[in-house]
Parts: sequence; C-alpha cells; structure tokens
Amino acid sequence: MKKSKINGNNLLLLITIALFVVMYVAGCVIYADKGFTRLQTFMNILINNAGLICVTCGMTCVMLTGGIDISVGSLIAMDCMIMAVGIETWGWSSPVLMLFILVIGVVFGLVQGFCIAYLDIQPFIVTMAGMFFARGMTAVICKEQVSIVSDKIFNWLSGFKIELPFGGYVNKKGVMQLPYLRITVIVALIVVILIFLMLRYTRFGRSLYAVGGNQQSATLMGLDVKKTKLKAYMLSSFLTSIGGICYCLNTMSGTTTQATGLEMDAISSAVIGGTLLTGGVGNVIGSLFGVLINGTISTLVKSNGKLVSSWANIVTAILLCFFILLQSVFAKIKEKK
Amino acid sequence: MTGFSPSFYGIRTHSYKMKGGVVLEGNVVLKMQGICMTFPGVKALENAGLTLKKGEIRALMGENGAGKSTLIKCLTGVNKFEAGEIYLDGCNGPVVNKDTMDAQKKGISTVYQEVNLCPNLSVAENLYIGREPLTKMGTVNRKVMVKQAAALMKELELDVDVTRNLEDYSLALQQMIAIARAVDMDSKVLILDEPTSSLDDREVEKLFTMMRNLKAKGVGIIFVTHFLEQVYAVCDGITVLRNGHLVGEYDIEDLPRVKLVAAMMGKDFDDLASIKKEGGGDKRKEPMVIEAKGLSHAGTIKPFDLDIHKGEVIGLTGLLGSGRSELARAIYGADRAQTGTLKVKGQEVKIKNPIDAMKLGMGLLPDDRKAEGIIADLSIRENIILAVQAKMGIMKKIPMAKQCEIADKYIDLLQIKCASRETLIKQLSGGNQQKVILARWLATNPDFLILDEPTRGIDIGTKTEIQKLVLKLADEGKSLIFISSEIEEMLRTCNRMAVLRDGQKVGEIEEHDMNQMNVMKAIAGGEH
Repeated sequence: MKKSKINGNNLLLLITIALFVVMYVAGCVIYADKGFTRLQTFMNILINNAGLICVTCGMTCVMLTGGIDISVGSLIAMDCMIMAVGIETWGWSSPVLMLFILVIGVVFGLVQGFCIAYLDIQPFIVTMAGMFFARGMTAVICKEQVSIVSDKIFNWLSGFKIELPFGGYVNKKGVMQLPYLRITVIVALIVVILIFLMLRYTRFGRSLYAVGGNQQSATLMGLDVKKTKLKAYMLSSFLTSIGGICYCLNTMSGTTTQATGLEMDAISSAVIGGTLLTGGVGNVIGSLFGVLINGTISTLVKSNGKLVSSWANIVTAILLCFFILLQSVFAKIKEKK
Repeated sequence: MTGFSPSFYGIRTHSYKMKGGVVLEGNVVLKMQGICMTFPGVKALENAGLTLKKGEIRALMGENGAGKSTLIKCLTGVNKFEAGEIYLDGCNGPVVNKDTMDAQKKGISTVYQEVNLCPNLSVAENLYIGREPLTKMGTVNRKVMVKQAAALMKELELDVDVTRNLEDYSLALQQMIAIARAVDMDSKVLILDEPTSSLDDREVEKLFTMMRNLKAKGVGIIFVTHFLEQVYAVCDGITVLRNGHLVGEYDIEDLPRVKLVAAMMGKDFDDLASIKKEGGGDKRKEPMVIEAKGLSHAGTIKPFDLDIHKGEVIGLTGLLGSGRSELARAIYGADRAQTGTLKVKGQEVKIKNPIDAMKLGMGLLPDDRKAEGIIADLSIRENIILAVQAKMGIMKKIPMAKQCEIADKYIDLLQIKCASRETLIKQLSGGNQQKVILARWLATNPDFLILDEPTRGIDIGTKTEIQKLVLKLADEGKSLIFISSEIEEMLRTCNRMAVLRDGQKVGEIEEHDMNQMNVMKAIAGGEH
C-alpha cells in the first residue's frame, strides 16, 4: 500500500494517539516536580494496566463482531480467587493453576459464545449471566480475602523486575534508580502484537471485521458467521484469563470484590481507542492507547494530590462522550457522501 | 382471476419431461422444473421453473408475490423446496444446494438488490474474503490479494483503488464490485436480483456493458428486475412467474411489452368484462383540492404534475416499483418533496412531515399495514383514536366517552368484525385490520385521503366493501387517491387514472378511455 489513506477510522486512531501524547506531555509540564517526567511513571501505567490491556484486546475482538462481553471483570475475580485458593488451600502448584485458569477461560467463552452464536441470544444478556455466575462462583470458592504468599514460582514471577539500561534517575540518597518493567507488561505487549497480527493477517481476523461490518453480507459471501462469533467470545474469555493471571500477579490476592467494573474500563478503553460499538471498525493498537489514556488520567489525578480519585471517572466520562460524538460525526459525514 | 394461457398467443411453451440422470441438451446450463415450496400457510411456489442457456441473459419477471425471489432462493440454497428438480451443467442428476456457499461452489453466484458486501473492508478484501490467497504460513497474503484484485478491476474496466474501503465508492460501483466478486468465482450462472434499483441511467448502462461482456464469455445470467425498459434493452429471453406458477418461457422477440404485462398480471386483453359504475358527472368542474406542480423526491419519483378535484377518485397505476406509492408519499410529505410546489384548496403549502399534511386535512393509508399502519398491541379503539390524537396534539386528552363513541361509530360504519372495541388489533383478520386503519383516517375527517393498496391480501367480500366505501366517500365530497395492483378494481372505482413507469408519471387516462387494454398498454409503454 503506497498511498496514505486517511479515512474517518484511521483519523479516530490518530486522534486517540495524539490525545494520549498531549495528555502525557501536559502531565510532564504540570507535574514535573512530582516525578511525572520520569520514565518509571510511564512504566507504572503499563504495569498497573497489564491485565486490562489483555482484557481490552479480547473485548476489541468481540466488539468488532458487533457484540459485547461484560463478564470479563467477574471472570478476573474468579481467576484471582482460584489462583489464591488454589495455592493457599488446595496446595496446587502455580503453573498447573495457571493452565487450569486458561482452560476455564476457554470453556467459559465456549459456553457464552455458543449461547450467543448458535442460540441467537443477545450478547449483553448472555455475558451478564456469565458476569453474575463468575462473581457468585468467586464467593462460593471463598468469601474471605486470600493473599498469596506460599508459592515460590508465583512470588518470583510477581517480584521479577526487568530493568531498563536507560532513563534512570538519581534519588535523594544519591542512588541510581533504573526504570523497570514487570513480566505482566511483556505478556500484555505480546498479546497486543499477536492480536494485531491476527486481526490483520488471518482469515479469522478478517472474518471478525466482515461479521461486524454486515452480518448478512458475511453470510451471503459464504463466511461461517456463527463459528466466527463463537471463536470471538472464546478468544475474549481466554485473553481475560491471561489478563486475570497478570492481574493476580499485581495484587497477589483474591477477593470477591476484585476487578469490579473492569469490564466497563475495557469497553471504554476500546471505544476511546476507536472501536465502534456497532462493530466492524477498530484495532488493538487503538485499544492499547485507550488503556494508556485511562491510565494517564488516573495518574494525573493522583499526581495532583488534592483531587478525589473519582475525578478520573469524570474525565473518562467526558472523553467517552467526546469520542462517541466524533464517531457519530464521522458516520454522518460518510452517510452524506 | 381469469386464467391466462400462453398458448393463447400461439407462443411455444416449453414442457420438459425428464426423469433422473438427465443430460442437459444443447447449451443449457441450468434447468429448474416443477419447483414447489410452501411458507407457513402460503403456497409460495407451485410448479415453478426456469431454463437458462450458456451466454444468455434471461429476465425473470412477475408482479410482487409472484415468487421470483423465492425461486432464486431455492436455487441458491437459502430456501428449501419440497418438490421439483434443479439440473446444473456439469453435475450429474438433480442438485440441491445446502446454502449459498454450496451454490457458489457449484458455480451459481448471486448479486442482490442491496449491496451485500462489507463497507468497512477494502475493495480487495471484499472481492476475496473467505477465499483469500494465503502465504506459506497460512496467513492472508495481502500483497497478492491486492495485485489480483487490481487485475480483476482492470479486466472489468472499473476505475477503483482496491486498497480503499468499499464505503468510499458510489453505490453503483459497489454493485459492480459485487458482480466482479461473483464473476471471479468462475460462475456459470450469475443471478442479478434487481441490481439496478439504486442506479441512475448512466450507471445502468455501465452495468449492461458489463453484463454483455460476461454474456460473451459464456456466463448465463438471470436478471430479475421490474423495469421493462431494461428487460428489452439487454435480455435474450423472459421467464414469467405469476402467483408461484410458471406462466411461460419466451424468447424476447416473441413477447412484446403488452403481452408481457398481460402475462405478468394474468389478464387477457379482451377481457373487458369490468363492471362500470354509473357516471358520476364531470368532477372537473368541482373546485381543486390538490394541485401539484413539479413535485419530486430524489431517487424515488421524478417531477410530476397532478390535479385532484373535489369528490374525485384518482387511480395510480403502474407496475410495482414504478413510483405509485412514492408519488403519494411525496404529496403527503412522508418523503419530503425536494422540488416543485403544492397547492391545497388553492393555498400554496409546504408540507414538511405527515403532521403538516394531517393538519391540512390529508390522510394516508400505507401499503404495508404491518410495518407502517397498525400498532399490534393496542386495542381497536386506541388504534382508531391515534390519528385524531396526533392531529389535536398529544397533550390534549380526548375523553374516554368520546373515544368510545368514535370507535363504535366506525366499527359500525365499516362493519369491523370484532368482539369489542377493546379487542387487540393483532387478533383481527387482515381485512378487518385494514378497516381499522381506514377508520383511523376517517375519524380525522379528512378532505383528501390516499389509499395505498387498501385491498391487498384481503378477501373478496371485504374488497368489495372497501371499494363501495371509496365511492361513498367520493360522493360525500372527499377526494381520494387510490392505488392498487388490480386493474379491475381501479376501473370500478376511479374517475381518472395516472400512469407511472420507472419512477415517472407518464400520462393520464380519462374515464371514457379507461379499460383493461388501454391501461395495460399505458403501463407497458410503447409497442415493442
């Protein structure tokens, strides 16, 4: 592709990226004294949101088909609880548990996807049922908060720092502090890259776009719409389980109230990243920046120190409105053409 | 309905008697015969069929509900038929396609009226999705795909950048891209299901050029359309269906326009046994109620003039899709007229939406009563009161006693058969539903009423009642536009008829010239 094509959808992505840069630079200027300019601030945004990035990638795939998956937050809570109880009570080893959680994710998605694709039930309803089920199951497994302390491998994974050889700063004691990443960030970035490639270069990926663009057309063009949808929900739950493990590595505990409302964070990140709720448009690079924007907002609010953290929600709300407005403006322009 | 036999014109009718293991003779590429299929409660196809030769463009004609689409869907595997056989060149024995994909594999491709592609994908992807060229790793080879797509576009002389999104191109180009996709799948049979309804003249011509090119390459094309002009411009043969039956298969030279219309409508020419109503005097002397000059709505109806006098019933006639309903909608403001002027009772008015029209004393009974007319879960009374309420403004409450009075009056007047006025409308028969909607408009006491296919799908008895009512309303000094596919019915009720063809009003027929023959000739337009 030689010619540069800027259509409405690419433009949305560009706006998202530009917004992130503007916000971040603004943060650097305003809160320079509070260490916003340090590379570690950015790394922290990635570390804190690694799980969310994985989830948002799955959410993007589902939203591309025109669907939605609101079970992800509860599924993460269930994953974390299984991880915690599995290690502390059942005495399973963490690699086995991680595998177990991934299998649970696939099965969970299989059931939801089957109901949506083959029984033709509204995705919102099905995944809402999934949401209640997973949240309820979390409490059934254990009502208390369980902290993970006794698994060596898991503790090592959680504490492992990948130090970068640049971008450090010298702290008050005169010690050089190198910026670092966690393993979860690497996992999240690999997920983003793989999903990006999958969406762009595989038949399944392109089918997702086709199904979301016009389901009837996709059927008439000979695509297996039902299978595509089923796979999309399986993928979403699978990525959520990966995200769940990342989330657990951050929190090192399982509680019933964990990750409440995370599904909404994932949806809003995807929308801010240029994914249309109606399906057919969007990509994971946008979603990644959507998550980063959300992360930057809360970091900004925290850096201010005086503001209540709920201000982050209000800013997210305004941004969501802005982006949905933009989308509908672009859609109107397209219609006129 | 009078029976129409093709042999009446001495036209050779094909009759195929083949049994199992048939080898298609000559260069026949597709043969469908004796196809029967029922939808719940309705016999959609009975003994329908079609024969297509290699390199032939065959028009599939028939009025609404004749079974064209159903037949096509039986062929492409969307519908399952109960009896009959489909033979396809290169396949042994009868074929039954499981689904569209299956049909495609056997060389049957379809392009639908609505462009059935994905607007959010690039042109190249739309051409190849589901069968993309792959790399060694099993991923989509975008480079090769773009190259192939560009070559295909060049071959078909389409000026398209295949890497751009489909939505960046006009509907006509999208339609041609859809055809390109169909053709590239090595199809032997290409079905074009009303592909021209959204195209303008120049675009249609481009499409025809493409069709002729494909014909030269030996592709058999089934062309479904309701535009007569286009049939005679591009087709070699015509297959006519009526009420799910095969009327006949003709060469184009054997079937001039008038005969085609007759075959489609199932009327013989000299069947003039229509019941004339007693002369109602010259309504032209009455004051003008509606005076439309150059009204039009882009894409549906070209500019037209129409005068309607007090107490007059104007019939709008033409084939389905000729712009009958669209003309009425332009007057009523359901589709806002973009050009021209409209005078109501001598006053020039601008109608922006149906409420304006209602306030001027107009009413419209839409043709699709399920979608636009009835509100299924409300009672008869509530359905009748709706329009009165809308006219008065929704804030004014109509006392219950008054509502009941109005409802009872019209249930009585129109003889609506129901348990009570509180019966839900969805529990009524089609004919009675139609009467309720009619009552709704009569309750607003309109001076001018548009009835779009008021008698479609209802029984003969009710039909006659509605026709009588139309005449009665006219006697009371109301003006009406009456739209119907049944010419006889129009002859009985109308004072004057306006003829439409291909989205244009092409003429009017005065009462003394009104007979089946003239009307059909006018609809067909010009001898072939």
